[in-house]
Amino acid sequence: MAKKLMKGCEAIGEAAIKAGCRLFFGYPITPQNEIPEYMSARLPQVGGTFVQAESEVAASNMLYGAAGAGCRVMTSSSSPGISLMMEAVSYMAGSELPVVIVNIMRGGPGLGGILPSQSDYFQATKGGGHGDYRCLVLAPASVQEAADLMHEAFDLADKYRNPVFMLGDGLIGQMMEPVEFKTEIDPASLPPKPWATTGCKGRNPNIINSLYLAAEELEEHNWHLQRKYAEITKNEKRFETYNTEGGCDVLVVAYGTVARIARTAIDEMKGGPVKVGLFRPITLWPYPTEALWETAQNAGKVLTCELSCGQMVEDVRYAMMGRKTVAFYGRTGGVVMGPDEVIAQVNQLAGASV
Amino acid sequence: MHNEIVLAGFGGQGVLLIGKLLAYAGMKAGKEVTWMPAYGPEMRGGTCNCTVVLSDHQIGAPVTKHPHGLIALNLPSLDKFEDAVKPGGVIVVNTSLINRLPHRTDVVVVPVACNEVAKDAGTAKAANMVGLGAFLGASQLVDVDLVKGALEETFAARPKLVPINLVALSKGYEIGMALVPATAAR
Repeated sequence: MAKKLMKGCEAIGEAAIKAGCRLFFGYPITPQNEIPEYMSARLPQVGGTFVQAESEVAASNMLYGAAGAGCRVMTSSSSPGISLMMEAVSYMAGSELPVVIVNIMRGGPGLGGILPSQSDYFQATKGGGHGDYRCLVLAPASVQEAADLMHEAFDLADKYRNPVFMLGDGLIGQMMEPVEFKTEIDPASLPPKPWATTGCKGRNPNIINSLYLAAEELEEHNWHLQRKYAEITKNEKRFETYNTEGGCDVLVVAYGTVARIARTAIDEMKGGPVKVGLFRPITLWPYPTEALWETAQNAGKVLTCELSCGQMVEDVRYAMMGRKTVAFYGRTGGVVMGPDEVIAQVNQLAGASV
Repeated sequence: MHNEIVLAGFGGQGVLLIGKLLAYAGMKAGKEVTWMPAYGPEMRGGTCNCTVVLSDHQIGAPVTKHPHGLIALNLPSLDKFEDAVKPGGVIVVNTSLINRLPHRTDVVVVPVACNEVAKDAGTAKAANMVGLGAFLGASQLVDVDLVKGALEETFAARPKLVPINLVALSKGYEIGMALVPATAAR
């Protein structure tokens, strides 16, 4: 299929449909309105349903219901809207429901602003709702990767019966790039979900619930979830490295848009006195901790760059276990760092004369 | 080849559209491309801009502080971006709405009365096409025929608009070609 020039948000919508998603529930918020706009036009064409709910709280609970009925289903929002969904996310994690939630992050806290940010990293990777739960978190760095990861997101959600977050920022959502949709799934061809509430004529009823009033039962349910999370952690870590072969003086760790900016900085520094490499996590949970440490072992110093005041840097420091110093550089509030800023930070860290 | 172009004007002038046409044509030419709109609150009533990157290599940052080219369709855009353009770059100035020329002497300046040229072509609304044409004529960045093809595809649902926009694009292209000696910007 020929490449099309599409906005990240539109590509996410089309990729979801190509992945067999036929249901979308959401509520508008900048900078991701192109996703519901796209789905409202496209879903009826493929026999799907688009519902603009009365709020994000309602949309996320519609997600719970539709996922419980065994459908591939998604929502999308941006930071403040995602906060409103957190109760349902915890319930869906507890009830083991496969859903895909797209967060095109904007600056916070509170209503914040509408410009790009990465300050929902903690919320996505460390919880956000209550209880001991985990969601898979995928972080695309291009429109093509956003489309590819949407496919994976639905597959992973179904495979593990677990909510999956797509964590992008305003740039990924608003930017246009060529994109190619490599596969198309007919929802009718998807494997059956014997646990779903599809009508129990001729079989025992299925119950989808996160309520366990007996302490021992709830503890056993938690151990079951933890075994699943351990399995995910073992199987699903994804990352990419750039310019790290043979080691480097400074290893930049960045995800999403910032990883692209770091890549430009690295290209501009090629041939200079400081060799710079990039480690880009694609899954933010599970975090590619071991691979990061392996890469960092051949690096002099480590610099984490984020569009936040320092969130992923905690996972980078955890991977280093105190064995390497980790510097941090962040811009926030919707300000996007330029490659020149990354270069200045790298040079300062390497102690090189600029 | 790696080129970053900022296209700027006020909301309604169609700078996002000509940016898309440029990116689309670049894609047709086999380049890596990105198109990034400034979608902040400044769009409402103020200046509006987008950044297009065309490259032979995988594109990192889709935004730039120092573009190789600038199409300024109104004065606030020239004020905002003139100093950022790389030395040796191209600045298209819409003299219909901008009452000064760039002070820069280390760039190729292409002054075009976009609104008047567009009006002669049939509608002042196609001033953006004149600006894009002039930029292509001066920079020879992308084959103008690819841009024409992108325009035809983009306006497929409203074919009536195609001829008038093609004329505006061509007129701008000729002006840009004539203004810049073959050796200067290419």
